[in-house]
Amino acid sequence: MYAYDEIDRTLINERVSEFRDQVKRRLAGELTEDEFKMLRLMNGVYLQLHAYMFRVAIPYGTLSSPQLRKMAHVARRYDRGYGHFTTRQNIQFNWIKLADLPDALEDLASVGIHAMQTSGNCTRNVTTDQWAGVAPGEVEDPRIWAELLRQYSTMHPEFSFLPRKFKIAITASAHDRAAIKVHDIGLRIHKNEAGETGFEVLVGGGLGRTPFIGKVIKPFVHGRDILSYVEAILRVYNQYGRRDNIYKARIKILVHELGIEKFAAEVEDEWLATRDSALTLDNEVVEDIRSRFTYPHYQKLSDTPDELTAASADPHFARWLKNSVAPHQRTGYAIVTLSLKPVGGPPGDATAEQMDAVADLADKYSFGEIRVGHEQNLALPNVARRDLPALWRQLDKLGLATPNVNLVTDIIACPGLDYCSLANTRSIPIAQELTRRFANNDLAELIGRLHINISGCINACGHHHVGHIGILGVEKNGEEFFQITIGGRADEHAVVGTLIGPAVPFAEVADVIEDIVEAYLALRARPDELFVQTVERLGVEPFKERVYATR
Amino acid sequence: MTSPLQQKIKITGPSVVTANRTWDGVVIYRDAHKGWTTDLAQAAIVRTADDARALLAESTADDVGAIGPYIAPVAVNDNGTVEPGNLREQIRRKGVTIDLPASA
Ligand code: HEM
Ligand code: SF4
Repeated sequence: MYAYDEIDRTLINERVSEFRDQVKRRLAGELTEDEFKMLRLMNGVYLQLHAYMFRVAIPYGTLSSPQLRKMAHVARRYDRGYGHFTTRQNIQFNWIKLADLPDALEDLASVGIHAMQTSGNCTRNVTTDQWAGVAPGEVEDPRIWAELLRQYSTMHPEFSFLPRKFKIAITASAHDRAAIKVHDIGLRIHKNEAGETGFEVLVGGGLGRTPFIGKVIKPFVHGRDILSYVEAILRVYNQYGRRDNIYKARIKILVHELGIEKFAAEVEDEWLATRDSALTLDNEVVEDIRSRFTYPHYQKLSDTPDELTAASADPHFARWLKNSVAPHQRTGYAIVTLSLKPVGGPPGDATAEQMDAVADLADKYSFGEIRVGHEQNLALPNVARRDLPALWRQLDKLGLATPNVNLVTDIIACPGLDYCSLANTRSIPIAQELTRRFANNDLAELIGRLHINISGCINACGHHHVGHIGILGVEKNGEEFFQITIGGRADEHAVVGTLIGPAVPFAEVADVIEDIVEAYLALRARPDELFVQTVERLGVEPFKERVYATR
Repeated sequence: MTSPLQQKIKITGPSVVTANRTWDGVVIYRDAHKGWTTDLAQAAIVRTADDARALLAESTADDVGAIGPYIAPVAVNDNGTVEPGNLREQIRRKGVTIDLPASA
């Protein structure tokens, strides 16, 4: 966990009182909506179809139990008793009243939580691997660097009005759980031959209307130079980014139009001129940040305690263990994913009761720590393996032990037309129907790793482009239709999926997905050939045939 | 923002002006008495572009009470009841089409 210092606490508290004043003036008619809109967006307040929506940052996906309890409190007191975990390590409350927002912000501020830079054309909440600091084989804890970038970018005067929003993601593991290739800047921590920590820097990734996979702009930037290098990228973008056209304003378009070589050369010029500046990170600065992260006092425990062996006789437990529990850096410990994808439920939603209960379980079994991942699930990062059976029983009662992590029903979906004012179509009901179709755990296990992503419009909040199966809502003559892509990936082999054919109506989506999955089961070369691998090997044709032959 | 008086306004059938209420975000409709209502049945219904423009202009002038007024289609049934004219407006009126996550 990271302990905020006095500067941060003051900043957050000042922001709350400023916003309280702004809301008061808005409600009194002293500020017009045009004047107020930017102010509210700077505090994560959007307007959706039915109400305001409040987006709160969960920096690098790490929450303490008191913080999660405070989220539960906000959900209960100011909203309708639940929150929605998003793909960018944020939580959204869907029914909040403007008049209550200053109080909600103040309550969150008491545990160091805020909504700054969760909206607007600034550097957004820096995201990272939800297993940061505990994943085996990780180069080092990427949250140290995420925190440095957070401090650097928070209210940065030069970059508060970029051409468009700006998203940075960091990973330090070979397997990319942070989707760094679809971010404006993606950072992969690795070591050079001298054993020094640095970053492979990718730029220009993004989804939305024009999807791009990020390109490597520099294979190694030394840790001490990372802020100046990121700043050089931001400067070039700030200067040349297309402010004239919102559809062309993201950095991905600039990188695409200039070409990566030319863009890299511009950045290099800028960087060489500013590299040795106040932004150079002395070891002391990095170590100071590092020292503010506290790590649990792990015990010496066995990886195969008796409790675990005994409980594994229960097939339900064994299935969950296999699916939702991952190895930890420390012997005797495990990382446990809590599926927020129950059969028939909206992906990523958690009730206030669940949040409170998870906070209690975190205190009991995970040194008070909870993680939030871009797949819209939670994780307990520090569970002693001997406690797994007891934890499982309690999670199961809470509806948080669905053994479907990374399987076909672990669906990522945006809120869609049920909430979102930009939507063409609904997404949640499609996800719900699919979880019912594939509710049989044996079937889901047989199918294996398969990520379905759903977005209700081209903004791609549900990352449909990089879903193994992507579902995008489009409107046709006032009716909800869905385009299906297959073969996308969001990990270290990120690729944009391929459209299989004409859009299908709402009522047929689940049938089409079933057809695609059946085709895969028939076509795969081996039981362990993943869906995406089969698509890579055979292309989309056989799937297309299967889907459209009878339609 | 372009004033509604200068905007090109096209309507294809009976329409209302809808917005969200400023203090709590709730969906509201402009009524015929220069006020707002949460009840679609009480909404002022316009049938010509000129009337729509006038209603929108009057609604937009109330910047304190409402955010983002716009013209939305409705269907008027034979018995006079009014229904939202598309799925988006149905959802705005009736709420989400799914069960809200239940508190345990
Ligand atoms: C009120 C609700 C929301 C609104 C108005 C909204 C709006 C948008 C817009 C306009 C974009 C495209 C920006 C661009 O391409 O420049 C976008 C992108 C994105 N949104 Fe949302 N969004 C909403 C909710 C969500 C939710 C719930 C999630 C997570 C589940 C989410 C995750 C994302 C992500 C990851 C992107 C980036 C996609 C990319 O790389 O372009 N958003 N959003
Ligand atoms: S993808 Fe579209 S519909 Fe879905 S949340 Fe984003 S803006 Fe709304």
